[in-house]
Amino acid sequence: MADNPNVVTLTDDNFEDEVLNADQPVLVDFWATWCGPCRQIAPIIEDLADDFEGRAKVGKLDVDNNPKIAQEYGVRSIPTLLFFKNGEVEEQLVGAMGKSALAKKLEALSGQPA
Amino acid sequence: MAVTSDPNATTNGTTGDGAPITPDLSAFDGIDFADAEMHDVVIIGTGPAGWTAAIYAARADLEPLVYMGPQPGGQLTTTTDVENYPGFPDGILGPEMMERFQEQAERFGTDARYGTVTHVDFSERPFRLLVDEETPVYAQTVIISTGASARYLGLENEQRLIGKGVTACATCDGSFFRGETVAVVGGGDSAMEESTFLTKFAEKVYVLHRRDELRASKIMQERAFENEKIEFVWNTEVVDVLGENQVEGIEVINNETGETRVMDEVTGLFLAIGHTPNTDPFTGWLDTDDNGYIITRPDSTYTNVPGVFASGDAQDHEYRQAVTAAGTGCMAAIDAERWLAENGRVEPESARTASQPATAKP
Repeated sequence: MADNPNVVTLTDDNFEDEVLNADQPVLVDFWATWCGPCRQIAPIIEDLADDFEGRAKVGKLDVDNNPKIAQEYGVRSIPTLLFFKNGEVEEQLVGAMGKSALAKKLEALSGQPA
Repeated sequence: MAVTSDPNATTNGTTGDGAPITPDLSAFDGIDFADAEMHDVVIIGTGPAGWTAAIYAARADLEPLVYMGPQPGGQLTTTTDVENYPGFPDGILGPEMMERFQEQAERFGTDARYGTVTHVDFSERPFRLLVDEETPVYAQTVIISTGASARYLGLENEQRLIGKGVTACATCDGSFFRGETVAVVGGGDSAMEESTFLTKFAEKVYVLHRRDELRASKIMQERAFENEKIEFVWNTEVVDVLGENQVEGIEVINNETGETRVMDEVTGLFLAIGHTPNTDPFTGWLDTDDNGYIITRPDSTYTNVPGVFASGDAQDHEYRQAVTAAGTGCMAAIDAERWLAENGRVEPESARTASQPATAKP
């Protein structure tokens, strides 16, 4: 689970506030406890949250407990990573991905290099 | 297969037809290796082969560096129960097993890092590696255990709808299809495992197979045949995937009659049609067969490049088991250790470092 204080725990209830109304780009990791690849990329997500502190928000949404948002965004594979900016989905990535590729996308969205 | 006698000389790799391919080194342009780390053994990939190689290399005091790749833990992280790995009479979950492998490797001093080795230069030792296209690393020996990835049909609409109803991981994505109708493509053990698993969620599971008999093992076939929610559709292939933003059906053809039809009740398409080896970064350096599997010298993990060893599914299309991958990973570590002891370490040629003026390194 998200022990890292920089990783926001997202839910059906706080999604609008934390993601859609955020003033920074947001990376949302759709995951579940039983998903092996999700568990494996969890440390990458936490690293990104630390690296981008203050410039981009990183959150995790457990699809089992929050089916509404997962359904709304048509998530049918996990891990799925959605990049939001100004409440809009800028990019959708499915499956595990390397840290540097994710960092590059966040950098592009946050408009300044790390 | 040519294995040259000069331990520091290499030849270009070939594919199945024997034609050499010139490796592409353009990714190395402008990358400065002057301050690159140097390691005795770099292991690429973290399935059972990679972690086992790491355990053995670490215990031999080689302080192996492991790059975990795009899917740390490999294919086993997308499975459920592993029931055939010796030593686990009650079975063990695939992801948990890989976490244990990693723990064991790290206990003996393995340096495990996130990152994917995207490019290699095997033209001379020390070998040059690029991690995530940008980080330079030198390696005295390399153990390749990059495994294989699920194969897709290659249809345009299938690719577009990956993650939107098309998937190759039933254990990851099955629960998104509660009460729906899904189709599994394939006739092997993984198709049987996935279809049986999917009946936990789906209302109905079609298994589409292009032939009229399965190649799955008896025990897996029987489990699937006995399951009331599973219906086999023989001699049938998928020709198109329908839907704008989500899968809303599939078009199939009966390859006996040539008749096509739309199965519009299918909202999930699960591929279980085998694997392709993850050997692209080594194209032109290593000899592979027609399907991209690395060719190793019989009874060893030696590739055509001395000092580069291959293990696991990247070089094995025959057995592809966790236990065989672990076995060849062990072999690769022992081969690398002995080879390094015999051939010694090589300092980098500083004149070769990137495009910048060479500076002498102590």
